[in-house]
Formats: sequence, C-alpha cells, structure tokens
Amino acid sequence: MRKFTTIAASTLSSAVLLGGASAWAEDLTLCWAAWDPANALVELSKEYEAQSGNTMHFEFVPWPNFADRMLNELNSGGKLCDLLIGDSQWIGGGAENGHYVKLNDFFDANSISMDDFAPATVYAYSTWPKGTPNYYALPAMGDANGWFYRKDWFERDDIKAAYKEATGQDLREPQSQKELLQIAQFFQGRDIDGQTRYGAAIFTERGSEGITMGATGALYAWGFKYENTPGEYDMAGAVNSPEAVEALEFYKEFYKTATPPGYTDSYMEQGLDAFKSGQVAMAMNWFAFFPGLYQDPDVGGDKIGFFVNPPQNVAASTLGGQGISVVSYSEHQDAALDYIKWFAQPDVQAKWWSLGGYSCHNSVLNDPGFKDSQPFAADFLEAMGGVQDFWQEPVYAELLLAMQKRLHDYVVADVGTAQEALDLLIEDWTETFEDEGKL
Amino acid sequence: MARRIRGLSDRAIAWIFVAPTIFLLLAVNIFPLIWTIRLSFTDFKANRNREVEWIGLQNYQRILTDSDIWITMQATAHFLFWTIFFQVLIGFTLAWLINRKFKGNDLWTTIIVLPMMLSPAVVGNFWTFLYQPQIGLFNYVVAFFSGVDPSSFEMIGSVKLAPWAIVIVDTWMWTPFVMLICLAGLRSIPDYIYEAAAIDRASKWRQFWTITIPMVLPFLMLAVLFRGIENFKMFDLVVQLTGGGPGSTTELTSINLKREAFEKWRTGYASAYAIILFVTVFGLASIYVKALNKVKER
Repeated sequence: MRKFTTIAASTLSSAVLLGGASAWAEDLTLCWAAWDPANALVELSKEYEAQSGNTMHFEFVPWPNFADRMLNELNSGGKLCDLLIGDSQWIGGGAENGHYVKLNDFFDANSISMDDFAPATVYAYSTWPKGTPNYYALPAMGDANGWFYRKDWFERDDIKAAYKEATGQDLREPQSQKELLQIAQFFQGRDIDGQTRYGAAIFTERGSEGITMGATGALYAWGFKYENTPGEYDMAGAVNSPEAVEALEFYKEFYKTATPPGYTDSYMEQGLDAFKSGQVAMAMNWFAFFPGLYQDPDVGGDKIGFFVNPPQNVAASTLGGQGISVVSYSEHQDAALDYIKWFAQPDVQAKWWSLGGYSCHNSVLNDPGFKDSQPFAADFLEAMGGVQDFWQEPVYAELLLAMQKRLHDYVVADVGTAQEALDLLIEDWTETFEDEGKL
Repeated sequence: MARRIRGLSDRAIAWIFVAPTIFLLLAVNIFPLIWTIRLSFTDFKANRNREVEWIGLQNYQRILTDSDIWITMQATAHFLFWTIFFQVLIGFTLAWLINRKFKGNDLWTTIIVLPMMLSPAVVGNFWTFLYQPQIGLFNYVVAFFSGVDPSSFEMIGSVKLAPWAIVIVDTWMWTPFVMLICLAGLRSIPDYIYEAAAIDRASKWRQFWTITIPMVLPFLMLAVLFRGIENFKMFDLVVQLTGGGPGSTTELTSINLKREAFEKWRTGYASAYAIILFVTVFGLASIYVKALNKVKER
C-alpha cells in the first residue's frame, strides 16, 4: 500500500511538474516606441519565448505619439502593457504615481546588480529620486543624440579644396559646435553632383520633444544647467545664463542658415529622410538609428561617418534611451519580472548589441573588442560618458511642453530674443514647481 | 399586472419611452459637464495621486490673465473669421453657378463636394506635402503664376503665412458644405417669384438682391452657424497640418486645451478653460440663433 501511495504521489507530482511549463506559460505584452531597436528586440525575444514558454506580444507606437499613448495608458491604470520601455524622463512620474513596480527586492533576490550596468545609464534610466538606490527600471537601451555625415563628400578633393578656400581650414569631423555650423553653412545650397544640397538636418519639431532634444545639444555643450544647486530648483542664472543665451542664439542661427527649406517641424524621421535622400551633408539623430543608417544601401557603408555631439565649452550630449519597467497594473507581473531577469543576463545583452540594440551592460561596453565592433561604437561610449538629461520630475511633461513652446517661438517663429525666451521659460517652470509645492 | 399596464396614461407611456434617452443624456452630457465645473475650481491633476485642493476662481483668473491664452484666442478668431468669410463667399458663388442649368451640372457638383468627404487628418497630411517648399505642388503653382522661386517661401513654416495656410486648407475642404446648403436654399425659391419679378421688369441684379439673397439668407446663416461651431473647436486638421506652429502661431484654443488637459495633465486648469470656451460658444451661438429666427420670421 505504501509502495502504491509512493508511486501514485510520484506520478502525480511528475504530472504537475510536467504540466507546469504550460500552466505557467503566459502572454506578455511589451510596449515601446516603433523604431529600429524595437525590431531587434522582437528578434531577441524569440529566444526568451523558446526558453520560457511564454508568448511575447509587442505594442510599438510611433515616436510622435509614444508619450501621449503610453502616459495615457499608465494614468488610466491600463493593463495593456506588462513591460514598458519608457522614456528616461518618465521615471519620476512612474515611481511617484505608482505606475512602475519597484525592483530592488527583485534585483536582490535574483542577484541582479546595478553595478553591472554603466553608471550613467543606471542614474538616468533606473533611479528615483535621482541617484538614490531605488530602482524602477533596468537599463535597457542606452542612447544619446549624435551626428552622422556624408563621409564620401568630406573626402572628395574638390569639396575639400572648396572648403579650404572658403574657410582657410581643413574639412574634417567638427571639433566644436562653431566648426559644426561653419561646415553646415559651407554645404548649404551647394551644388554637388548636379543637385542642391544643404548643411544639416536638426530637430525643430514642436509637438512632442523634438526642438528641446535638438537645442539642448547646443545648450549642454555651452554648459547649460537646470539649477544652480541640484535639487534646489533655483533656475535663475542657470537656465538663462549668458552661455545658455549664446547657445540658443547659436541654435537659431544654425536653423536659419544651415538647414533645408521647410525644416520647421522636423524630428527623427524627417532628419533620416533628409539624409537618406542626399539632401543634407550632416544630420543629428539618436545613436539608435546608426546601425540602420550604416546598413543603408544608398548612404551607408563607406559613404557615412559618425561623430559625437561636438563640445563648445564642455563635452556633452543629450541623453536618449530607456529602461525597462514592470507596469504595476499588469496581471502578469511574475512573468514580466522573469523577462527582465532573462534580459539582464550578460550573454543576452551581448546578443542585444549584436542585433542593433544598445546594451548598457558593462560586460558588453567594457569588452576590449567593443569599440571596434561597429563604426559608431567608440562614439557611443564617448557620448554616454557625457550625457545630460531633461528634468525627470513627475511633472516632466508640463516642463517639457513649456520648453517646446519657448524654444519654438524663438528659434522658428522669431518671437522675442533668446534672453526673453529663457526668462519666460524660468517663469513657466517656476509656476509649475510652485504648483507642485517644490518652490 | 396587465390591467395596470393597460391603465397607464399617455404621459406615463411617453415617459417610459423617453426615460432611457434622458438617462443617457444625463450620463454622457450633463453629468460630465457638472463634474467639469466642479473640477474647474480645484487643482486636480489626473496623473497624480495627491490630495485635491479647492482653489476657488484661481484657474479662471489665471486663464483670463494669461497672455499666451489670449494669443491662441486671437489665432482662433483669425481662423474663424477668414474661413467663414471665404467659405460663404466661394460657397455661395459656386452654388449660384451650379444652380444654373448646364450640361455636366451633376458631375461638377460631385467633383466639388469630394474634399468634404475626406478625413480631416488625411487632408492635413497631404496638404503638408503640397505646401512643402521644395517639392510641394502649391509652391510650384504659386511660382508659376508669380515668377518667384518655389522654395523661397514656406506656407507652414512662416509666421506670416501659416495662419493663411490653415485658412486655405479649411476653405478648400469645407466650402462644398456651404455650397450644398446654399444650393438647397436657391432651389427652394419658387420660379414664379422670378417670373413675377421679370414681368415687373426687375433687372437680374435687382432680382438677385431683393429675391435671391433674402430667401437664401436663413440657409446661409445656418451654414455660418455650423461652420462657426465646427471651426471654433477645430483640432485634427490643424494639428496634422502645422501642429500649432510655427511657435504658437496656429495654436488654436482646442489644440491649446488638449495640451493642457492631456499632455500637461493640468486637469483642473483645463476644466476651467473648457468651461470658458463652452460659455463663449454657447453664448455666441444663442445670440446668433435668435438673429437667425428673426431673419426667418421676416
């Protein structure tokens, strides 16, 4: 009888264990922006599906609507996303409003250490309050705003000679913001191979975050700061410093003298289109697009070169990129955490980089072969060493829209001066922080 | 039970039929309106978990003293006035021409009404291409007639031209609507009135001003009312076309309101803003409807 009981118990437990895989199998939905790295993630996640038995679904939203769509989803307590690769600026709101699951206990239980990830990415994508060991995301996609250019044009003797004649300098990858503008102005309206070309495609978009992400590339390079003392919200003298005014005037001059006609509302896609169609000699855009650009049959390969946002007073780049979070309204939180656990593994991170995603894992970034693994890899490392991000406050959207308005008014619509635009921006931000009880 | 139902009065039966509609109306219109009024006196933010404070008229005061809001109001007024002006002018002219009996009359009517059958988002999108300074057809057409360089002007990017760019597109899209209403008005005028006027030797010009215009006027005013209300809350077309830019040049009140409510998440503030807009439209429309009724009575 005892033997029978033992056999029966063993059979039962085996059945339970065998059936366990299918019983645990869950449908997970990962939400992100619709862009090149998202396709790489779909490819990467096939391995996870095979290993875990879980099925991955993806909800990718085009960038111009990404924030609107996803923040609405979070604010309404929506259950669409189990995992969200949300923008770095959302971390404050995600944490304070209870949208994201705090991951500290999970990291401890699964031996996931934030020391294994690049410090700048942990700070920017994972922590709230900033810099504290409170983690609401795993660094998933490192990114910064960089530049690419028509290397084939830069290397042509006739163009080099013309540049030398016009400026007295050699045509090269720009070493400063002012040299960047000089080169862009040189190409502006120039006839190359029978077509009129223009200087550069920069961000001027009004609706979401475009012009802010573009102009901060210049502002940070001039030494722009949001506060005099971090955490004090004392903006006067920092946001509207003489350096900031000069940088903003520079960005306006860039827009007015070195961009194609009609570039009044352009962001990532428009910039890529301008470059791929051979309209511009240079363009700013996120590193995330660089693998795809390098592969482009018309302008990629030997024809393209990459460089970090040039310094002026300091070396600095605008931060992009995102961390991956578990949405607190998800009904599949365990499976979502399981995905993060899988994603954090060094070999998965290595494959992520090889597929076109920008890993933030030290094992990938510190690999001796990393810098030579792609023509833009060294620039990426350099850029990530000097990234600066926009406010990450829970009211970031309000702060961002105010900046969008003030910058677009000044740069594109010719309203007022740079000094006035930044003074008004301080007024807007002060009102917001007063409403929040932080001032 | 059957006797009781049989014993229901006409009024009770009427209530039974009307009650679901009234309930629905209360649930989806009246309740949200009252709730919005309530929120407009608070600092509520729909994306924040914090205590809501009653702040009285502070939101209203802020809105009415905010110079940026007045700039959007001016942009809306410019858009409203000129779209209605052009649509009435062109719409009536087209209706008057179409009302003449000629070969291909029906075909032309169909062609003319095509733009209003399109989605505003689609229209907004393809006009951005038409306005593109380097490849846009609009710029080339203007260049062909004026001799200027097509890429020398930016309809969407220029602060001076952008307000007119949205007026042109809205006029292109909605003039057919005004035309159809005017056509209905013109066709409702009995021929015998013109015949009697002709017998009295009234000139065509006099017939136009003393018969056509007065009899079409109620229809025309109705068209203005519809277009006025529609354009006061214009959103999709302009968002697709200019996104409110350059700067805030074409940021109409509805675009500004949407940013406050669903991008900045200042729910209390946006509620007050919505109430101000509602009162404005409701007040203006009421005055206008009274005027319309007076015209009809004449």
